[in-house]
Amino acid sequence: MNVSVKPGKLIKGQTGDWEVVIGMEIHAQVTSNSKLFSGASTEFGGEPNSHVSLVDAAMPGMLPVINEECVRQAVTTGLGLNAQINLRSVFDRKNYFYPDSPQGYQISQYKSPIVGEGEVEVELDGGKTATIGIERLHLEQDAGKLLHDQSPTMSYVDLNRCGVALMEIVSKPDIRDAEQAKAYVTKLRSILRYLGTCDGDMEKGSLRADVNVSVRKPGGPLGTRCEIKNMNSITFIGQAIEYEARRQIEIIEDGGTIDQETRLFDPNKGETRSMRSKEEAHDYRYFPDPDLLPLEFTQGYVDELRSKLPELPDQKKARFIESLGLSPYDAGVLVAERESAVFYETVLAGLADKARDGKLAANWVINELFGRLNKEGRDITGSPVSAAQLAAIVDLIGEGTISGKIAKDLFEIVWTEGGDPRELVEARGMKQVTDLGAIEKVVDDIIAANPDKVAQAKAKPQLAGWFVGQVMKQSGGKANPQAVNDLLKTKLGI
Amino acid sequence: MTDLTSMTIAEAKAGLANKSFTSLELTDAHLAAIEAARSLNAFILETPDQARAMARAIDAKIIKGEGGPLAGIPLGIKDLFATKDVRTTACSKILGNFVPPYESTVTSQLWRDGAVMLGKLNNDEFAMGSSNETSCFGPVVNPWRREGSNTTLVPGGSSGGSASAVAALLCMGATATDTGGSIRQPAAFTATVGVKPTYGRCSRWGIVAFASSLDQAGPIARTVRDSAILMRSMAGHDPKDTTSVDRTVPDYEAAIGKSVKGMKIGIPKEYRLDGMPAEIEKLWTEGAAWLKAAGAELVEVSLPHTKYALPAYYIVAPAEASSNLARYDGVRYGLRVPGRSIGELYQNTRAEGFGDEVRRRVMIGTYVLSAGYYDAYYLRAQKVRTLIKKDFEDCFAKGVSAILTPATPSAAFGVGEKGGADPVEMYLNDIFTVTVNMAGLPGIAVPAGKDAQGLPLGLQLIGRPFDEETLFSLGEVVEQAAGRFTPQRWW
Repeated sequence: MNVSVKPGKLIKGQTGDWEVVIGMEIHAQVTSNSKLFSGASTEFGGEPNSHVSLVDAAMPGMLPVINEECVRQAVTTGLGLNAQINLRSVFDRKNYFYPDSPQGYQISQYKSPIVGEGEVEVELDGGKTATIGIERLHLEQDAGKLLHDQSPTMSYVDLNRCGVALMEIVSKPDIRDAEQAKAYVTKLRSILRYLGTCDGDMEKGSLRADVNVSVRKPGGPLGTRCEIKNMNSITFIGQAIEYEARRQIEIIEDGGTIDQETRLFDPNKGETRSMRSKEEAHDYRYFPDPDLLPLEFTQGYVDELRSKLPELPDQKKARFIESLGLSPYDAGVLVAERESAVFYETVLAGLADKARDGKLAANWVINELFGRLNKEGRDITGSPVSAAQLAAIVDLIGEGTISGKIAKDLFEIVWTEGGDPRELVEARGMKQVTDLGAIEKVVDDIIAANPDKVAQAKAKPQLAGWFVGQVMKQSGGKANPQAVNDLLKTKLGI
Repeated sequence: MTDLTSMTIAEAKAGLANKSFTSLELTDAHLAAIEAARSLNAFILETPDQARAMARAIDAKIIKGEGGPLAGIPLGIKDLFATKDVRTTACSKILGNFVPPYESTVTSQLWRDGAVMLGKLNNDEFAMGSSNETSCFGPVVNPWRREGSNTTLVPGGSSGGSASAVAALLCMGATATDTGGSIRQPAAFTATVGVKPTYGRCSRWGIVAFASSLDQAGPIARTVRDSAILMRSMAGHDPKDTTSVDRTVPDYEAAIGKSVKGMKIGIPKEYRLDGMPAEIEKLWTEGAAWLKAAGAELVEVSLPHTKYALPAYYIVAPAEASSNLARYDGVRYGLRVPGRSIGELYQNTRAEGFGDEVRRRVMIGTYVLSAGYYDAYYLRAQKVRTLIKKDFEDCFAKGVSAILTPATPSAAFGVGEKGGADPVEMYLNDIFTVTVNMAGLPGIAVPAGKDAQGLPLGLQLIGRPFDEETLFSLGEVVEQAAGRFTPQRWW
């Protein structure tokens, strides 16, 4: 067992604490235009059976031909997971009868996968991290879909998905609680999306997880595991683990034993239920697919793909912290989703002085923009304020043309009306007043009109804040706050 | 008419070129011969309209001097090859009236080069058999008979229809496939020439699969030269079959008549079986003498793992077949026998659709791949296969150009005579041929003589990978020495 496994939250039972041991198999649909072994389109949502080639339908005499794009994507993913890339791998047939599998077997990789061991660092609450080991990644065909609701007496089959390339990413049993499990899927999904090897769309089924759960006394021998199949929501994964762990603990504490079986999670009831037992498990009769030669490529091929790897979330986060001085938390928020990071970096690129205002830009993206987007239930790709507009707003603050307060008004105008922030500031007279003479006159007027407050402020300098407020109010918020402060201090003698 | 059907492809090419006759005339002559020979059951589907249309089209091209290397030559196509818009069944009930919307690569190359399709030829169901008795269309009859006997003989299998049709002058040549001897054994039984090319030489795309790692398409023809002419059109790299090899296709015909002087020919001692008929022994010795007379040097070689080849073959081939045939499930095409559940539909369809031999092999294959048996059977068989391959490599590394063996352990036998009680009796037919498939090598069967009852016997030459040319050179030496054999027409 991996010594660096992060302990998880223990579950209290009647006989004491229990530890949960979790391993996951994630099926990630490879981003590619055509299927793993045929030229048919992988487009989602086509008319049933409109993306089916002769190979996908397993017509007599048809042969699979590997799609090189899928191989590139798998190797790229392996590199993104810091994993061993196997220069030689083998496609096997997994034999079973079901109408969603026209060949009568799924082409997969059994003994020799394209990618071997790797690891993923995941972020936990409170700034903690855990490292989850990757056992392997292999390429395989997706199955078709059965439609049971088209006829009272028949089932129909849609083979559009049949043969689409999947990456099965198998973790080591290094996950110790629901939080770690959710963090793992979140992080893996983020990495895949950064790499552009899977769109990570769980609603469309582009990313599905089989979750293996067992419980044991902390440090004790591993318990019997149950596999929860086909989870397509991170929230449900968390709920299913919590439920399944407690179910197993109850059975053991009642003197029972766990049967190794496959289970399904029912999100409506929040519980898992048995799908099939180990005895009913198929004998898949794996053997190397004689239609396909072993998949071989050179180290040079791998190195070239490595040189084309994009910056991944961990690297990007480190760079934001180091070169822009962002807090680890802010940097983490910005890199979590690839689109957010892209947006932030576009803002950065639009700034006049990145070193001066990079951090300010991060605050604006996280607090103003994300805050507002969340409130309206929109995501970053649908933001009414563009990265260029936000960069202009941050520039205006940074160069002292507008105050932070005015900037919020400006942001509101840009959000609702659009327009060039710099022109808006000009046209609507939102510029900050830095003319000392003009500010001094306002300060003098207020001091003259409020002798009682002056006396109080002299006795208790904190009360000078009242004067600042008055000046800002009278100037319509445009007075430079620093200049106002300095003047008041001199005039009030504090 | 008889003249037109008894020509070789080489002769017909010359006749077409100098306008002695047209492809339509040639085609009509063969169509008439097919009609007159229906009792042989070689053709299971005649396509006269298509044949004549193709012949007319190629005649128009020939006039313009545009015909390809096979321009106007009428051929028969084994029913394992998918032919666009023409029923393709692999002679199994389970494919029913399946009409593929695609053309196999090998046949499309034949049409590209101007050949004419006469129809589809009978074969053992899914190419599983050595006598053409497992076909759902019934057995093929060998045009050869024992002297003074009317006993119906098998033409061998699985390409029995191809061999019978070529021998009986129903077509000038035929496509065939060879997984364990399915081209060479029927060729030997009918005094035709059969070539099993190097694995990867011909595309498997569009050929109904039996055992993918062993299947290979090849020609059956009446002379070595004709088989070389056909090979050139059938061979070639196909991006749709990743096991096909990207190598230039040589002009095989140019190898005919090339000197074999100084070539080392291996005589494998392990092929000298206990109880081998004296006639086979004699044929073999004679063949060796002919090659020696042509200047070749004969050397005894050892292929020590030969005795394990047949058992290993009957593990590997059924294993792959059990998986390859899973697609015939009644769901998308071919026969469907309904049931109350999907499981019943599968069971009913496959029970009714597959014949006994196919079911036997699917069950053997399923068994040897099962958890707990895989290592003991399939994995071991693959290890044996590696050793067999190495036997040949060692032999070729010593400078041997080709290996001479008998093609079959006996001449053609009677319909219903073998394998009824014990399928292994039938499997033993492949004893000299399976090693070649296991090692992926090229092999040729050439008629070399007759047994005491007047039935043809063949010799087999085994070559280095992708050295079919040497086999054609050597094969022609045997052919020249042995002469050609034509059955007496009785049908």
